[in-house]
This record gives sequence, structure tokens and C-alpha cells, in this order.
Amino acid sequence: MLSYTLKRLALAIPTLLILIIVSFVLMHAAPGGPFTSERELPPEVLANLNAKYGLDQPLWRQIATYVWGILTEFDFGPSFVYKDRTVNEIIAQGFPVTLTYGAISFVVAVLVGVTLGTVAAIRQNTILDYFAVGVSIGAQVLPNFVMAPILVLVFTLWLGWLPGGGWQGGQWEYIVLPVVALSTSFMASIARITRSSMLETLNLNHVRTARAKGLPERRVILRHALKPAMLPVISYLGPAFVAMITGSVVVDVYFSTGGIGKAFVDSALNRDYAVMMGVTILMGALTILFNLVVDILYGWIDPKIRY
Amino acid sequence: MSLLEIDTLDVTFDSADGAVHAVNGLSLSLDKGETLGVVGESGSGKSQTAFAILGLLARNGRASGSIRFDGKEILNAPPKVLNRLRADRIAMIFQDPMTSLNPYMRISDQMAEVLMLHKGMSKRAALAKSVEMLDAVRIPGAKDRIRLYPHEFSGGMRQRVMIAMSLLCQPDLLIADEPTTALDVTVQAQIMSLLRELQTEFGMATMLITHDLGVVAGFCERVTVMYGGRVMERAPTDPLFDKPTHPYTRGLLHAVPRVDQGQDRMEAIPGNPPNMARPPQGCPFRPRCAHAGEDCSVMPPLAPAGDGRARACHRPVEEVAA
Repeated sequence: MLSYTLKRLALAIPTLLILIIVSFVLMHAAPGGPFTSERELPPEVLANLNAKYGLDQPLWRQIATYVWGILTEFDFGPSFVYKDRTVNEIIAQGFPVTLTYGAISFVVAVLVGVTLGTVAAIRQNTILDYFAVGVSIGAQVLPNFVMAPILVLVFTLWLGWLPGGGWQGGQWEYIVLPVVALSTSFMASIARITRSSMLETLNLNHVRTARAKGLPERRVILRHALKPAMLPVISYLGPAFVAMITGSVVVDVYFSTGGIGKAFVDSALNRDYAVMMGVTILMGALTILFNLVVDILYGWIDPKIRY
Repeated sequence: MSLLEIDTLDVTFDSADGAVHAVNGLSLSLDKGETLGVVGESGSGKSQTAFAILGLLARNGRASGSIRFDGKEILNAPPKVLNRLRADRIAMIFQDPMTSLNPYMRISDQMAEVLMLHKGMSKRAALAKSVEMLDAVRIPGAKDRIRLYPHEFSGGMRQRVMIAMSLLCQPDLLIADEPTTALDVTVQAQIMSLLRELQTEFGMATMLITHDLGVVAGFCERVTVMYGGRVMERAPTDPLFDKPTHPYTRGLLHAVPRVDQGQDRMEAIPGNPPNMARPPQGCPFRPRCAHAGEDCSVMPPLAPAGDGRARACHRPVEEVAA
């Protein structure tokens, strides 16, 4: 298990390198650059700027310099747009915010989703099932850019219960609406996957054996059905967790939370190469990490899987 | 009083094809300590009968009629009542030992939970008793191997585990649903002789469901032959084998290859078992029966035919058995 984990972590290095190269090339292949604006800069100024940020170098050298900076000093470079800020600072400021509301959203989505899906499966074709399926379909088709303004309208403007935006160091009132907006569609997917997987599991032979033992239905489900039913859910949860803790531009924009979701989209619009790369690498690294976590969880649930 | 008494049991499944009548007016009884074989082809309703006893029918299944265990009606009883009987007084061994054990749990936990639930034992005592039972089904090194997961056992060993698990509470009735079907022939023989031995030792009544007449001959005192969800013939084992009086029973017996008689062809019953969504009118065996006549479109009653035998056929014994 340990050697498997180390092997997978070692594999992460070439994977990230490929991710860096591909993103770098794609980014530079796209038309425009960080200093393109409607009002054209004088050519000398542009040349100076390009020289300062190394954009006059051949692409391979830019990549090499960039990777070298990360390896030696963990330096992801300066922002191309915000003159006095580094990528490290931008991420250090925004990531804790998205991590907070993302992780809370994750917990909410898993708890509600798994419960809803399990109840729907146990009470298949009853009102409860239709209700659960209805809620999850509704939650899935309602995009969060529609839901966010509705939430603000209802809970801030009409009821006046919660603030419509801001972060304030993560006080709970400021977290509630972002969490609702972010977790809903994930919750819906988790509920759907849980329901269909649980329905399948409940028909397995070993679950029938558990019933034949005289165990109460609740114990049959918790002890004998939940683990196998969770396998497909867990493989969805790895990437979902990463997607949630790296934030959502919709949440950041509507609720002014100041997370890296907005920073990422802004960087793409502004061609802020360094910020774009920094957030991409962060997401890539987290994805690799949580895919590994999923695989380790699989091995923990299913004794037939041995690494 | 019989230990188990099934009276005009019907089991019906709702399907996209309409209602499927898996069991039709089945009656049978089983005394304490008795061994009964329930024989028939796939789809004859034998397994569904067993599931109906324990209330384990699939969700789209419905059962009506009466099943009395120890004098009490248990058909469609509430889960609380059934849960007290399951594994404690009526235990079941399933067909497929590969999938019937929980692949995600250690054997120790799967066995111990039965005793902790029904006998209120501590985990430690339950484990000790489980090891004892694994010894009884002759799993070598049970003390250590109880910590293993099902996939670390072979098919035959898993069925032994299943048997040990079913006997933990010393049930009054053991239902063995094709316990050897999924196993190698040599392993089949070992499992059957083990079951035979344990049945003698513990003295529980046993309902052996199988399509293998050879297995029945060595195990059961009485046999019930089912077809299309109905009883075709029932009799004590020896008379049934000596002189089958129902065309279907005869067909089944003929289909057993006999090595000792230099037989080089196996005689199969022509045709296929009926689709129970659209069963033939009257006797379900009619379309495949060499003796069938006009009157067979009405289902004959199961009538006594002497020597503890009963048969459901319009043709006289002499005509069929000749």
C-alpha cells in the first residue's frame, strides 16, 4: 500500500510536467497577450514589457525558466496584470476562501445526496422516491448562475435573513448562500448515483443472505449494502471534491467571496499567464491527489483490491 | 403437528409481460427432523417457494395462501416476526456460494453477527462458537481462516462456510436451495455427504431443493416433484424411484444417465419448461407429455395413490408406469 502510494506520487511529477507544457503551449497559442488592450501600447513599451516578463524568449525557454522557478523557489511568478502581486500571493489569498466554502459544500452535498439517494432506493416507487428524484432533477437542471441571484433575491432582499455577499473572514452568515449555490448540483448528482447504485446493491445475493439472517432492514442496509453501493459514488466524489474546493466563478462573482474561482476566470480573460498557470497547476495537483485518495478508499472498501 | 405446513401457496410476480405465476396452489408439509426433496426443472417454482417461506421474495413478488411454521401463520408476517425466525429457527443455504457471502466483510464478522443478534452473545463468544462450527464443516485451520474474506476461499469452502453459518443457531428447519449446483462434481459429493452427516447430527428438518435426482436419492426420505409451480407427484423416496407414476417424474428419471446399464444416449424430455407468464391451460406438463389427452386441459387434483404417494395426473397409474 505504501509503495503503491509512493509510486503514484512519483508518477504525479511527469503528469504535472505534461500538464504544464500543454497548458503553456495552448495559452500562448491563443490570440492576444497580457498586454494587448484596446489602446495600443507604443512598440518600445511593449518590447520592454515583453522583455521584463520573459515573453521575448523562445517558448521552450519560457517553460524551462517557469518550471525551474517552481522547483527551486516554489515561485509561480509575478502576476502579469496586477503589478505588485505574485501568483503565490493571489492563490494564498483566494484558496483558503474557496477551500472553506468548497469543503463545507462537499460535506453538505455528500450527506444530503447520499441520504436522499438511499431513501429513494429503499422506498423505490413511493412518494418519497418520487420526491427525492424530483428534487435531484430540479437541483441538477437549475444552473447555479440562475440559483445564485434567486437566493440573493429571496434571502437577502425579501427576507433580509442573510447578507447577499462578502466574506468577512468566513463568518457563517456569509458562507450559507455560497454553500447552497455550490452544493446543490453536486448533491443532485450524488443522490442520483447513490440511488441507482443502491437499487442494484439491494438485489445482490449477499444482501438477501443478510436478510435471511434476520437482521433488521436498517442493519442490512448500513452493514451490508452501503459499502458496495458507495463504490460508484466515491469515484465521482474525487473529481467533485477538487471541483468544489477550487471554487466556482459563479459563487465568487455573485457573492463577492473573493475566491480563486474568480481569479482564475479573470486571469483567462486578462491573459494573465502566470495566474492562469498557477491555478491550473493547483487544480491538476489536487486532481491527482484526490484520484489517489479515491483509489486508496476503494482498496479499503473492497478487500479484493490489493495494491 | 407438522413443523412446516404449506397450504395452497400462490406466488405471483408482476412483470412487464404481465403476471407470472411462479407457484400455483402448492401444498406440502414437513415434520420435525424430516428430510424432504423438492425436485423440478429450472422455473418450476421450487426456489420461490423457499423464498416465500422466509419472506425473501423479490420486491415485485406477492404470495398468498398459507404457510404455518410450528403452528403459527408466517406467510406475509411483519418483518419483526420473520426476523425472529430467520437464521434462528429457519435457516437457508443459497445456490451460489460465490456471491451469497458478503465480499466486503470478514467471515468472522458475518458469522458472529448471527449469534450476537439471535443469541445475544458477546462478540468473543460468538467468534468462538463460529470457529467451532467451521471446524464442524471441516474447514482446516478455522481459527485463523475465520479472519479471511470470502474471496480467499474456494467455491466448495465458501459453501462450507455458508453451511456453517446457517447452522450456527441450530435451526429447526434448514432450507438448502440447490446447495451444490454451482460447484464441481467432486466437490458436490463432499458437500452432500457433509450435509447428510450434519443433518443426522443436528437432527434439523431439511428441505432440499434441487434438480439433481441423484442428490435426492442419497439424502431425502420423501420427495415432491414440481413442475410449472405445481406438485406433480409426491412419494417416499424409494417408491418414487422404483416406480414413478407421473409422466413428468418418469421423464426426469429417464433423463438421469445410467452408467451401469451401458446406456449411450441420454433421454431428454422433449420441449422446454413453460413460460409462466402464459402457462398452458390445465396441466402445465401437457404440451410435453406423451400421455396427454383432451381431459388434460383441466388440471387434475393431487390424489392419493397408496403407499403415501400422491399424484396429479388423469391417466391411471398402470398406463403411465407400464
